[in-house]
Amino acid sequence: MSSELENLYQQIILDHAKRRVGQGSTDPASGAGSVPEEEPAAGSPVAGALATGALATGASHQLNPICGDELTLRVWIADSRIKRVVWEGAGCAISMASASVLTELVSGETRDDMMEQLDRFRELMRSRGTIVPDEEVLGDAAAFAGVSRFPARVKCAMLAWVALEEAVLAANC
Amino acid sequence: MPILSAPSHPLSDEEVGRIRNDFPLLANELNGRPLIYLDSGATSQNPISVMEAEQEYYEQRNAAVHRGAHSLAVEATDAYEFARTTVASFIGASPDEIVFTSNATEALNLVAYSLSNASLGLGGDAARPYALGPGDSIVVTEMEHHANLIPWQELAARTGASLRYIPVDDDGALRLEEAASVIDGSTKLLAFTHVSNVLGIINPVAELVSLARGVGALTVLDACQSVPHLPLDVAAVDVDFVAFSGHKMLGPTGIGALYGRAKHLHAMPPFLTGGSMITTVTMERAEYLPPPARFEAGTQRISQAVALGSAVNYLAETGMDRIEEWERLLGERLVVGLEAIDGIRVLGPRSGQPRIGLAAFDVDGVHAHDVGQYLDSRGIAVRVGHHCAQPLHRRLGLTASTRASTYLYNTTDEVDAFLTAVAEVRSFFGAAASGVSA
Ligand SMILES: Cc1ncc(COP(=O)(O)O)c(C=O)c1O
Repeated sequence: MSSELENLYQQIILDHAKRRVGQGSTDPASGAGSVPEEEPAAGSPVAGALATGALATGASHQLNPICGDELTLRVWIADSRIKRVVWEGAGCAISMASASVLTELVSGETRDDMMEQLDRFRELMRSRGTIVPDEEVLGDAAAFAGVSRFPARVKCAMLAWVALEEAVLAANC
Repeated sequence: MPILSAPSHPLSDEEVGRIRNDFPLLANELNGRPLIYLDSGATSQNPISVMEAEQEYYEQRNAAVHRGAHSLAVEATDAYEFARTTVASFIGASPDEIVFTSNATEALNLVAYSLSNASLGLGGDAARPYALGPGDSIVVTEMEHHANLIPWQELAARTGASLRYIPVDDDGALRLEEAASVIDGSTKLLAFTHVSNVLGIINPVAELVSLARGVGALTVLDACQSVPHLPLDVAAVDVDFVAFSGHKMLGPTGIGALYGRAKHLHAMPPFLTGGSMITTVTMERAEYLPPPARFEAGTQRISQAVALGSAVNYLAETGMDRIEEWERLLGERLVVGLEAIDGIRVLGPRSGQPRIGLAAFDVDGVHAHDVGQYLDSRGIAVRVGHHCAQPLHRRLGLTASTRASTYLYNTTDEVDAFLTAVAEVRSFFGAAASGVSA
């Protein structure tokens, strides 16, 4: 098998394309009562935020016009921290894995750190293979480095990130 | 111009091997492997003769056509008009029924905008029968390429006419029993594709035309996937307009054609206006030339038209019925092979049923983009996505599919190599191993 192909489809990507962390209903009502994966422990920041009503949410719908794939992502933010990300959509292995990795990566991060991750990821995607990703910042998302050498697929990897950016702005906090 | 006579024996892999020598690009590698080009439905490759015709034009004849008295302008005009004659005779039309456009999309828009202008009252008495308004309907099909859908949506929006469509069944075939009620006394125009660029299916032109005729509607045939691949005679199909693109029939990009029945082109108002399409101009108004000049405003695509003429000659010399037969064989081989692979759903006609040499399919558990990427790594170029037919894909329950499309230069070995690679896709992406489906 060609190494280019395996470079693109890293095992992490193929695994995430199946696991799809964060895939679920993006209906704001369905999310409000179940902010973290488990019920928030009493006294936890999320439960506190829910109680005080300081939890903000925003969503974004993104379309990849090349293939018609769609992705909707919703984010909940409290105390300038990403509390939860959920998304729904169907797409290629790259776009599904990217949404999944993103969910794992940014959940619990501060809004500023998340924006930093987004900037780094975007920079990586635009690099045409010239940047060595910083795994400290990007974690599993560093596995997408190979995508940058396939310009036709960059949009697939960016879809969820663009949705996240817009959703965070829509949450307006 | 008389069409050159072609041999009568069927094409074979051996002869196709010789044909391939005329197409320099096909000798290239893709990702370190011999290129297997299976995307001619999107755009075809050019033989050397076509590229040389364009070069020869620029080296020997380049000038503005229909303008200027110098000899070069006369030669350029002759070359351009000769190309028109060549294209016309290729589809059984007369030269003044061929309007050069930049592609099929522009050809279809030309008809739509001309009717739109007629609907505004332009073009005088002669154009009045071409006006549309509230209460009228335009009919298309659910399998159209966006190029033969959106111009009609827009025409409907501009005129107040309604847009209707003939639905397809689960296999993508037109539901003709419904066509008879969709097309009714309100129908002013029926636009449909001859061959679907997704399904490879050949639509029943005669039945559809007779339904349209019965209610006095104009007929527009999108022949993008038929003119390059099978013999088409506009008189035999008896439609009013035919649109096709040069880049899908061995020609360059930037050139296409509209066939329009002479009496319609004579009566219809222009779409684009400006130089080279007028007789008398005052500061207030202009008189227009007869067709086809009326519809060719501004400096035209001369070198591209000349090259398209050369492409048509190449096809005619090879023989359109031989090309059709060869592609039928390749199409059948594609479908039989795909049907035999676990987890593959072929869109459109089953094996044994008529189709051109093209097959789109869905791979269970693997997105079309990933299928295309895998094939690319094996040197195989296919098309992925909705192929500009979103409504059809939605109807078939998909957002995207993978499409392999052949032409006169593809061999049976290439089809077999493609099938071998497709058979590996699901296990590469873990779709077969995980037991996602049977
Ligand atoms: C059936 C059909 N109609 C219309 C078109 C549009 O052709 P073009 O983009 O050359 O105008 C295509 C090609 O993409 C096609 O396959």
